[in-house]
Amino acid sequence: MSIDHVVDVSRLQFAVTALYHFLFVPLTLGMTWLLVIMEATYVMTGKQVYQDMTRFWGKLFGINFALGVTTGITMEFQFGTNWAYYSHYVGDIFGAPLAIEGLMAFFLESTFIGLFFFGWDRLSRRQHLLVTVLMAVGSNLSALWILIANGWMQNPVGAEFSYHTMRMEMTDFWAVVFNPDAQAKFVHTVSAGYVTGAMFVLSISSWYLLRGRDIEFAGKSFRIAAAFGFASVCSVIVLGDESGYTVGEAQQTKLAAMEAMWHTEPAPAPFNVLAWPNEATMQNDWQLQVPWLMGLIGTRSLSQQIPGIHDIIAVNRARIVSGAQAVTALARLRQQRDDAVALARFNAHKADLGFGLLLKKYTDDVSTATPAMIDAAARDTIPKVAPMFWSFRLMVALGMAMLTLFGLALWASVKGDFARRPRLLKAALYCLPMPWLACEVGWFVAEYGRQPWTIYGVLPTHLSVSTLSVESLYGSLAGFIGFYTVLLCVEMYLMVRFARQGPGSLGTGRYAGDSASLHLAH
Amino acid sequence: MLEYATLKLIWWGLVGVLLIGFAIMDGHDMGVGTLLPFVGRDDVERRVIINTVGPHWDGNQVWFITAGGAIFAAWPLVYATAFSGFYWAMLAVLWALFFRPVGFDYRSKIHHPRWRQLWDWGLFIGGAVPPLIFGVAFGNLLQGVPFYFRPDLVSVYQGSFWALLNPFALLCGVVSSAMVTAHGAIYLMHRTEGEIQRRAGRWLNACLAVAALAFTVAGLWLARSIDGYVITSAVAANALPDPLAKEVSREAGAWLANYQRWPWLCGLPLLAYLGWLVTAGLARAGRTFAGFWTSALALGGVIATAGASMFPFIMPSSTHPASSLTVWDSASSQLTLGLMLAATVIFMPLIIVYTRWAYRVMAGKVTADYIREHSHSAY
Ligand code: HDD
Ligand code: HEM
Ligand code: HEM
Repeated sequence: MSIDHVVDVSRLQFAVTALYHFLFVPLTLGMTWLLVIMEATYVMTGKQVYQDMTRFWGKLFGINFALGVTTGITMEFQFGTNWAYYSHYVGDIFGAPLAIEGLMAFFLESTFIGLFFFGWDRLSRRQHLLVTVLMAVGSNLSALWILIANGWMQNPVGAEFSYHTMRMEMTDFWAVVFNPDAQAKFVHTVSAGYVTGAMFVLSISSWYLLRGRDIEFAGKSFRIAAAFGFASVCSVIVLGDESGYTVGEAQQTKLAAMEAMWHTEPAPAPFNVLAWPNEATMQNDWQLQVPWLMGLIGTRSLSQQIPGIHDIIAVNRARIVSGAQAVTALARLRQQRDDAVALARFNAHKADLGFGLLLKKYTDDVSTATPAMIDAAARDTIPKVAPMFWSFRLMVALGMAMLTLFGLALWASVKGDFARRPRLLKAALYCLPMPWLACEVGWFVAEYGRQPWTIYGVLPTHLSVSTLSVESLYGSLAGFIGFYTVLLCVEMYLMVRFARQGPGSLGTGRYAGDSASLHLAH
Repeated sequence: MLEYATLKLIWWGLVGVLLIGFAIMDGHDMGVGTLLPFVGRDDVERRVIINTVGPHWDGNQVWFITAGGAIFAAWPLVYATAFSGFYWAMLAVLWALFFRPVGFDYRSKIHHPRWRQLWDWGLFIGGAVPPLIFGVAFGNLLQGVPFYFRPDLVSVYQGSFWALLNPFALLCGVVSSAMVTAHGAIYLMHRTEGEIQRRAGRWLNACLAVAALAFTVAGLWLARSIDGYVITSAVAANALPDPLAKEVSREAGAWLANYQRWPWLCGLPLLAYLGWLVTAGLARAGRTFAGFWTSALALGGVIATAGASMFPFIMPSSTHPASSLTVWDSASSQLTLGLMLAATVIFMPLIIVYTRWAYRVMAGKVTADYIREHSHSAY
C-alpha cells in the first residue's frame, strides 16, 4: 500500500525536521532571558564585566539563533508542502496563530536581534537593554503562539466541522487561545528552554573554572546560571504539564500509554514506577507499583477513576461505528447538499466523524467496513505503549538529575565556594546534553502519543498528507538530512571554537586567549 | 462585522500588500546578496556590502514568513494546493534560504579566505534563487496550473517540476530577478560610497533596462498568446467557499478583461515603468534614498499588475478549470478573516514604526573603516 508509505515518510520527515528545529529553539528561549539578566545587571551596576558577559554569551547565542531561523522556515513551509490536506482541513483555525506569530513575535524578535548585535555603540545603555528585552519577549511570544497552534492539535476546542466547505471552521477564537492544553504546554516548554539556556552557561562557565581562566567572568556567569536554572527546573517539574492532563481526551489516551495502564484500576490508581509493557498480550509482563500515587497525580482526588487502555479502546470502538455513519452521510451530502435524510444522519453522528475517518485506512467505502477492520481501527487509537512509557521516564529522570545539579550549584554559589569544587564543576560540564535530550524526548512523548491523529479525534494522520510520490518524499528527506548534517557540523565547529576561546574572542584585551594577542602570537 | 464578500476582497488586497512588502524589504537584501560576489572585489569590500543589510535581513525575511502564514490563515486551500503542487520549487526556495542566516552570521567568524568565499556564494544563492523562482511561479499561475480537487477537496497535482520551467515562466523569472537585483543595487548605492557605489550604479542601470525590457515582452506575450480564465457561472461572492461549485472557461485575451472594465488599472504597469525611469534619474542625481522608494513603487506596480490581470483568480487550473481557486472560493471563514484583519491592522503599523526606528539607528554609510574598527563584531 503506497499511501501508507507516503504517510510514513512524511511523518519521518516532519519528525526529523521538527526535532532538529528544537535543538536550537530551547537555547534561544533560555539565552534571551539570561542576556536580559546580564545586561540589566550591567546597566544597574555599570560594571564592564557584565557587558562583556552579555556580548560573549550573545555571540554564542547568535551562532545558535542562525540555525533556529534556518530550520524554522522549514517548519513554516512544511504544512503546505507535505500536509496539504491537513492545511486545508484545519487551516481556518491552525493558520491564524501561525500568522499572528509572524506579526506579533517573529518581527519583534528578528528586528531587534539586529540591533542587539550591531547597536552597542549607537544606542544608550538603557535603549540597548530595551532592545534585548524586546528580543526576549519576541522569542517567548513566538513560543506562545506556536504552542497555541500545537495545543489545539491535542485538544481541538472552539471549532466545528462544516460539510459545505469540507473543513473545520473556527467558532471561538478565545477558546483556542485560552485552551488549557496550550497554556500548560507553554509553561512547560518555555521553562524547558530556560533550563537549557541555564545549563549551557553553567557548563561552559564550569569548564573555564576548571581550567582556572577568566575566573571573575566565569564565576559571575555560573551564579546567574545556577539561580536561573534552579528556578526554571522547578517550574518545569512543578508547573509542568500536569494541569493539562485531566482536560483533554487526547491526554487520557496519552496518560494511559505513558503509564502503561492497561486496565482501569479502582481509584486512586497505583503508579507504575517500572514495568515491562507487552504490546501483543496487552498487559505488563511485570510491574513495580506505588499504590495510590497515579490517582493522586492524575486527578488530584481519591475517588476519580483514570481510564485504562482496554476501556479507552472499547469507548473508541463504539465511536468508530457511529463515525462510520457520519462519513457515509457526509459523502452523500457532498453530492447532494440538500439531502435532508443524509443531513439528519450526519448531524446525529457528527461528533464521531473523525473516528469514522480512521476506517479509511482500511477501506475507501467506510459503510462496508468489517468488524475486523473496526477492531483494528479501535486498536490503532492507542499509540505503542513501550516507547511512550520509557521516553516519559527518561524525561522525568533527566528532570530529577538536573534538579539535583542546579540545587547543588545554587547552594555552592550561595556559599561562594563553587570554584573550589571540581567534582561539581565536572558534573555540570558532563550534564550539558541533558536538557536537549529531555526536550527531544518530551516532544516525542507529546507528538507520538497523539497518534494516530494529527488533530485529536478530528483528523487521522494518514489522511493529512499531500498527494506526493514516495520518490519525491525520499528525495526531499535525503536533501534535508544532507543539509542538516552539514549545517550541524558547521554550527558545532563554530560553537566549540568560540566557547573554547572564551570571552577573549571579543578582542577587548581583557581576557585570556584574546584574539588580538593570538594574532601577535601567530 | 464586515460582509463576507468584502472581507474576501480585503484579504486579496492584504495578501498583495504582504507580497509587495516582502518584495520591498526582503527584496533589497536579496538583491544585495545577488550582487555581493560581483560588486565586492576583496574581503573588506564584501564585508562592507554584507553589513549594509547585516542588522536588517532577519527582520526583512519575516515579511516572507508572515506572507506565508497569512496565506495559510486566509487562503488555506491556496496554501495547501500551491505549496504541495510546487513541491520541488518550494524546496528549492527553502534550501536556497538556508544559506542566508548561516551565511550572514558565520561567514566572518573565521578568517580563512576559502571559508569566506564559500559563504559569499551561499549568500548569492540565498539572494538570487528565491526571486527567480517566485517570478517563475507567477509565470505559471498566469498560464494555469495542472491540478484538480477530488470531491473531498483533496488536491491532486498533475504536472512535473520541469514543466514549470517553460519559456514564458522563465521570462517572468527574469523580470522578477532583474527588478529585485536593481532594488538591491539602489539600496547598496545609498549605504556605500566610492568604488562600491559606482559599481552598484552600473548594475542598477543594467538591471533596470533588463527588467523593463522583459516586463514589456512578457506583457505583449501575455496579451497575444496566453489564454486567460473567466468564471462563466454566476459569481456567489458571499457564499461559503466551495471551489467545485462554479464553471470556468479558458479564453484568449481574458487576462486583459479587467483592464477594459476598469481602465484605471492600466496605471499599475505604468507605475512600474515610471518607477524604474525615475529611479535611474534619481540614482544619477545622487538621490539614492528617494530612488529606493521609487524602485519600491515599481516593484509594487509589477506585482499588482500580475494580481490585477488574474483577478478574481488566484490559482487557475489548466486541466480542470472548474477546480480553479479564486478570491471567492479559497478563503477561510468569515470569523477567521475578520480576526486576522484585526490582527494585521493592529500589528502592521507597529512593525513599520519599529522597523523604521531600527533603520534609523543603523543609518549612514558603511565604510571600510567601520569594518576595521568592528572586525570582531561586524558580519
Ligand atoms: C517552543 C517554541 C517553538 C516551537 C514549538 C517552534 N518554534 Fe519555531 N522558533 C521558535 C520557537 C518555536 C523561536 C524561539 O522563536 C525561534 C527558534 C530559534 C530562533 O532563532 O527563533 C524559532 C524560529 C522559527 C522561524 C524563523 C523566524 C525568524 O526568522 O525569526 C520560523 C519560520 C519558525 N520558527 C516556525 C515554526 C513552526 C512552523 C513551528 C511548528 C512546527 C515551530 N516554529 C516550532
Ligand atoms: C519543535 C518542536 C516539535 C517537535 C520536536 C515535534 C516532534 C514531532 C515528532 C517527533 C513527530 C512525529 C510523530 C510521529 O509521526 O510519530 C511530529 C509530527 C507532527 N507534528 Fe510535531 N513537533 C514539534 C512541534 C510541532 C508543532 C508546534 C506543531 C504544530 C504547530 C507540530 C505539528 C506536527 C504535525 C502536523 C506532525 C505530523 C503528523 C503526525 O505525525 O502527527 N509539531 N512532531
Ligand atoms: C519531572 C519532570 C517532568 C515531567 C513530569 C514532565 C512531563 C511532561 C509530559 C507529561 C509531557 C507530554 C505533554 C503532552 O503530551 O502534551 C511533556 C512534554 C515535554 N517535556 Fe516534560 N516533563 C518533565 C521534565 C522535563 C524536562 C526537564 C524537560 C526539558 C528540560 C522537559 C521538556 C519537555 C518538552 C520540550 C515537551 C514537549 C512539549 C510539551 O508537550 O509540553 N520536560 N513533559
